[in-house]
Order: sequence, then structure tokens, then C-alpha cells
Amino acid sequence: MPRRLWARLAVVAVVVLGSLWFLYPPKKPINLGLDLQGGIHLVLGVETHKHVQSQTDRAAEDLKGSLERKGIALKRIAREGEAVIAVELASPQTWNDVLTVTSEFQRFERRDEDQAAGRLKLVMSERQVQQLRDDAVRQGLETIRNRVDQFGVAEPTITRQGTDRILIQLPGVQDPARAKALIGKTALLEFKLLDDRTPVEQALAGQLPDASEVLYRRDVDRQTKAERKVPYVVQKRTLLTGAELTRAEVQADPNSPGGWQVSIEFNATGTRIFGEVTEQSVGKLLAIILDGNVYSAPRINERIPGGRAVITGQFTIEEARDLAIVLRAGALPAPVVILEERTVGPSLGADSIRQGLIAISASAVIVFVFMLFYYRLSGLIANVGLGLNLLMLIACMAAFGATLTLPGIAGIALTIGMAVDTNILIFERIREELKVGKTPRSAIEAGFRRAFTIVVDTHATVLVTAMILYNFGTGPVRGFAVSLFVGLAASLFSAYFFSRLLFDLLYGRRQKVAQVSI
Amino acid sequence: MIQLFVNPNYNFIGRRRWAYILSAIFIAVGLVSMVAKGGLRYDIDFAGGTLVQVRFAEPPRIEKIRASLATVQLGDSIIQEFGDPREFIIRLPLGAATAEEVSRRVQGALAGDASLAKSEIRRVEFVGPQVGKDLQLQAVYAVLTGLVCILLYIAFRFDLKGGVAAIVAVFHDVLVSLGALSLTNRDFSLTVLAALLTIIGYSVNDTIVAYDRLRENRGKFVPKGQTFEQQMNTAINQTLSRTVLTALTVFFSTAILLVFGGKVLEDMAFTLFVGVITGTYSTVYIAGALVVDWTNWVEGKLGKPKKAVAKA
Repeated sequence: MPRRLWARLAVVAVVVLGSLWFLYPPKKPINLGLDLQGGIHLVLGVETHKHVQSQTDRAAEDLKGSLERKGIALKRIAREGEAVIAVELASPQTWNDVLTVTSEFQRFERRDEDQAAGRLKLVMSERQVQQLRDDAVRQGLETIRNRVDQFGVAEPTITRQGTDRILIQLPGVQDPARAKALIGKTALLEFKLLDDRTPVEQALAGQLPDASEVLYRRDVDRQTKAERKVPYVVQKRTLLTGAELTRAEVQADPNSPGGWQVSIEFNATGTRIFGEVTEQSVGKLLAIILDGNVYSAPRINERIPGGRAVITGQFTIEEARDLAIVLRAGALPAPVVILEERTVGPSLGADSIRQGLIAISASAVIVFVFMLFYYRLSGLIANVGLGLNLLMLIACMAAFGATLTLPGIAGIALTIGMAVDTNILIFERIREELKVGKTPRSAIEAGFRRAFTIVVDTHATVLVTAMILYNFGTGPVRGFAVSLFVGLAASLFSAYFFSRLLFDLLYGRRQKVAQVSI
Repeated sequence: MIQLFVNPNYNFIGRRRWAYILSAIFIAVGLVSMVAKGGLRYDIDFAGGTLVQVRFAEPPRIEKIRASLATVQLGDSIIQEFGDPREFIIRLPLGAATAEEVSRRVQGALAGDASLAKSEIRRVEFVGPQVGKDLQLQAVYAVLTGLVCILLYIAFRFDLKGGVAAIVAVFHDVLVSLGALSLTNRDFSLTVLAALLTIIGYSVNDTIVAYDRLRENRGKFVPKGQTFEQQMNTAINQTLSRTVLTALTVFFSTAILLVFGGKVLEDMAFTLFVGVITGTYSTVYIAGALVVDWTNWVEGKLGKPKKAVAKA
């Protein structure tokens, strides 16, 4: 046996053993896509402009405070658009003082200054705006990852997509509604005093002081699911937020049998602020507000020094647990909206796998039989190559951690039909060479040699389109591109290199080869 | 030895006018169908909207489902049986409500009807307007990139004329496939797009085989007086068994996907199925024929022979 043959045998052996090695512990060697194992696929859009707005609002609030401390009277201060603070002075005399104060706000640039009228605008620089938007997405992603980790999902995928989108994939989650509520909740916890000077009726009629707003408590009847909204008049000023929180735990609600509440504990800063606020407002009502909804508004009976509070709201244990999770993980810097959602139940996934396997097997059987019938022994060689091709395809997907999706299964079935094309091109060429009177061995030699460029060309075109598909596609379609690409790339080896080896083994050694079974 | 064709010598190129007419008719029928139906029917991947797939314990009547959904103001949804008399998909256009809301309302409505209550929501998909619009644009880019890559590849391996003719043939396949989708009232979805791109890459293969043979023949010995048209016809005939056999195995695979692959893959499998057939036809009749007509036209203009697809 010539030496080259040994070398080629060794290459094939390495490939086969390598493939088997990647597949060896047979427990779940391949990642299944969400469409096969069931789960949730979400694309969230982060409303980054709201983060910029709230940061601008906060800066406006700070500026107002600084000016007031300096005794500078303002006619008006308000956010305009996304990142502009418009300031109007009560008197132009204070102009120079104002310039000093505003120069401390380095994120903003002064524009449209009109000293005579005492008007100016502070505009956040474009770079700052971009930075804030980016922060909103990055922090949002971290927060969501934190929440999902605490919720307990095996192998979640949480990644950024484009500039302001977050892609979340949660395999095997049974209760999509709950998972979405957990992920999508902004979870902005705020403590605000009730405005006890404005009666609710008057506020609802539209007579509301600038510094107050109407917020609602939503009471949902467990049986009828009917919702009742209870209005509260709340001062706009936020005393404390969930950012100062260190702990959030689920507790049984002592006032409602079978009900649950969430107890929270503030950090040092939060404890100090909470102590001061409660001291100054004894006898007043303090509203606990989550994402703009009032949960409760207990009366402050005395100064609360320990920095502890409870959130009640007739929660079930699951609701209380999820609330504790989102409070611990922190608020999203900006609200998110669901741009795309795909939820597949586990039973549908199981059906898809079953149908997919049937399709792959049937495809393999019919191609197998056809090749055997049409090309006899050579067809058998092609079929052995096809088997190797499938083995390599599956091993590659396992080795690279690629995800198999339902279209990916279609890709495998299609690969079966396409992989033998290489054999057909070669065999037809060999037949032609035989027809012009070549000896079997030189016909085989010429057939493989002449078909080579064609085999490369035909592979190249499909591989290129598979790459384009991979770049374009999301989830399932990407899975199709992967199996098509890997399957075809593997077929270069199995249908060309490996078949050639088998031919050489069969027809090479014997000196007299009377005919080729093709 | 089993042979599909023994020394085939069909006059393919000579009958190319008929083929052009046939293709034109196919494409026209498809286009008319698309126009009559107000364009391609985009799946929610591209159009946006909400889709809910429900499996009932007992086969229900569609009117029953509709009546039940009407109680939650979803009576104007599109309700279709999906591969099994117990399985249905309910589609809603964008703007009706959020996916959350829709699936909650559907669940509530079905639970409220004793005969429909035994059901399982197996799939919920929601695609927002921005995502759908992005995907539409990306889909167009993907198809165009695919076509351009193939054109460049063939232009590089053979010549520009061959590349353009191959692309026209592939584009023809895309049009015929889209027409077939429209005629059979199927939706244009992401997986269908994947199938189209695959067809773009695959259908050009036979064309490459034929071009390669033409080049090989011309490099050897051209019988005196043989026209370019005859040479092309010979090349196509010589590679005919290859063209048909390679298409046949892929045809088997796609046919099996269409039959056994399940409802979710059906539209994709159908597109591949049609694409493989038209891809084979267009290799023989469109790609080769166009190069012949183009070359003849150039020769007629220049008054001297010019080689096409024959540069090494």
C-alpha cells in the first residue's frame, strides 16, 4: 500500500474519532434553539431618551436648588425637549451670579443667552447625550441579567443588539407572562408625601398645584380580575428611591391572612434620609410608589430610625417574590418596550423535533436508496460518505456550540440532498471517461481530477449565500444557515476526499480492474 | 448501468423562444396574482403583529372560535387551521393590543367557552412595527447581496456575460417562486426568505456546470462550422444528466420536507421545492440561452465572432 494512502487513512481516522469524541458524552451534545426546546425570545427596546430626560430633570432640579440657595429668584425653569433646560430669571441683575452657578454644570453648554431679558438655555452636549443613552442600555442589560439570574433560568442569553436593543432568550421557561413582567418592569420605587391640602375631588377636576400630581392605586379583585383605581394626590418631589435599598425580602402579611408583603431595608444614606423625612413629616401620609402606581400610603406615626419599611399590596407569594427580586436588582434606568416576542411551548417544540427527525431520516433513506440503485457500489461509497458527512455535521455543531433550530433541521435534510451532488458530479464524469475508453483506474483518476473545480465552484456559491443568511438572520434562520454551511463544508471532505480514498482502496491495489461498478 | 439519458441531443437552445414565452407566462401569472392580492402576503416577521397558536382537545369549528374571540373584541382576527384539525393559528394586525394583552384575552375567551376550554396555547409571537420594518429592509439587502456575490463569482470564474445571464436566471427563479407563493396563498416569512437565498446559491450550480463544460469543449476542439449556439446546446446536453440528477436528490429532500417537515416548515419547504424545479429549468433554458442571444447580438453588431464564457 503506498504511503500517501496511509496518510489519507490517518486523516479520515482522526476526523472520525474527533467527531465521535465531541459527541461522546451523549447527554445533550447539541444546543437546541428556543423553537425546539420551548422558551421565550424577547427583543426589548430601551427608551433611552427617557433616561436623558430624567437626568436633565434631575439637573434642572439641582440647578434650581443651587440658585435658590444663592438667593437668585427664578421666573421659570423647565426642561425643553430631551436635554435642554430653559432658565428665566426674575431679574436680569443676577445674571453674572447665574453664569457662575451654571458653569458648575459641566455636562451642559450655555446657549441662546439673552442678558437683557434674563433668559438662557443649558444644552447637554451631544456626546453626553450619547453617553447617557449608552449607559441606559448597559445598565438596563446588567439589571435584567441580575433579575434573570435571581429568577433562576438555566442558560439564559442576554445580549445587546444594535444601539438600543436588548435580546433575551430564556429556554424552558414555563410561565412567559411572569417572566416578562419580571424583566420588563422598570421597578422604580419612590417615596413621596401625599399632598394633604388638595382634596382628591378638586385634583380630579383639574385644579392641581404645580408641585402635585394624581397617582392611582390599582386594586385587582382576585376572583373577577376586575380592576379598581383609587386616586391619590401626591407631591411630585421624590424623597427617596429604591436606589438606596440594600435588602428586599418576602414576608407573610400580618394584616391579610394568606397574603404576602415585601420588607425592605435601606443603606446608610437611605436610612438617614428616611429618618429625616419621617421626623419632619410625623402625622403625614407617605406614599410608596412603584412605577407610578401607589401601593400604599401609611401614616407616619413617629420618626423611623432603622431604615426599614414594608410594601403591601395583597400580593401572592409569587408576586411578592418577583417584586423582591426586581427591588434587589434595582430599577431600570429607562423603561423598556417589547419590540419582538416569540414564545414556544415545550409541546410544540417536541412535535417539531419529531417531525424534523422524520424528515431527516426519510430524506436520508430516499437519497441513500437512490444512490445505491443508480450507481451501485459507487453509490454505496457515496452513501458511506453521506454518513460521515452527517456525523461531521453534528459533531461540528456540538464542538462549536452552535444552536440547532427547526429551520436548521430543514437545513440538514437539505444538506443530505446537496451533499451527494458532489458524488454525482464526480461519478458522471467517471462514466464519461469510461465511455471514451479509459481504463477504470485512469477514469476514476480523471473523474475526480476534472470534477474538482466544479465541486469547489458549486460549494462556493451555496456557502456564500449561507454566510449572507447567517449575517442577516436571527435565531431560527441563523440555525438554518449554520447547518447548511457546516453540512456543505463537511461534504467537501466526505464526498470528495473520503470517497476518493474509498475508490483508491477498492480499485487501486488490484492490478487488474476489469470494470467499475458505477 | 442505469442511465437517465443516453447520449442526449435535445435541441434546447433552438427552442429557446418557447422557453422565454413560457417563463414570461409563469412570471406574469405570479405577478398578476401578487397584484390582485395586493402584494405578497407578509408574515408577521415582516408585517408586524401578533400570532397565537392554539391546540384544542377536540376539533372545534372556526365560527365557534371566532364567536368566542368576538367576546373579547378580537372577532376580526385571521383564524386558520394549522396542519391539524385541532390546531389553529390566530393572527392579529399591529396596533390591536400588546402580545401580552392578546394572549391573555385569547386565553380568557377560550376558557369562557366550555367546548373550547380544553386548549393549550403553544406559541405566541409578536413583532413590533420597527422590527418588521428593519427586517423588510434587511431582507432586500440580503437578496441583493446574494445576487451580487453570485454575479461577481461567476464573472470572476467565467466572464461577465455568463455572470449576468446566470443572475437573470436566478432572478427568474426568485420571481417564479414568489409567484408560486402568492398563487398558493402562502405567507412571505423569514424562513421563506432563507429558502429564496438558498435557491439563489443553489440554482446557479447547474449553470456553472454547463458553463464549465462549454469552456472545456472550446478549449479542446471545436468542429468546423459549429456555431456558438450549437456549442452551448452540446454543453447543456452533455451535462444534462448531471443537472437533472443533482436536482433530483435535492428535489427528494425538499419534497420530503414538504410532506413530513410539519406545518411550521411548510412554506419554507414549498419555496425550496419550487425553486429547485425552476432552478433546473432556468439553467437549461434561461442562463445558456441568454448567453447565446447576447453573444449573437454582439456578434451581429460587431460583425465578427466573439467568444463568450470561453476565456480561461
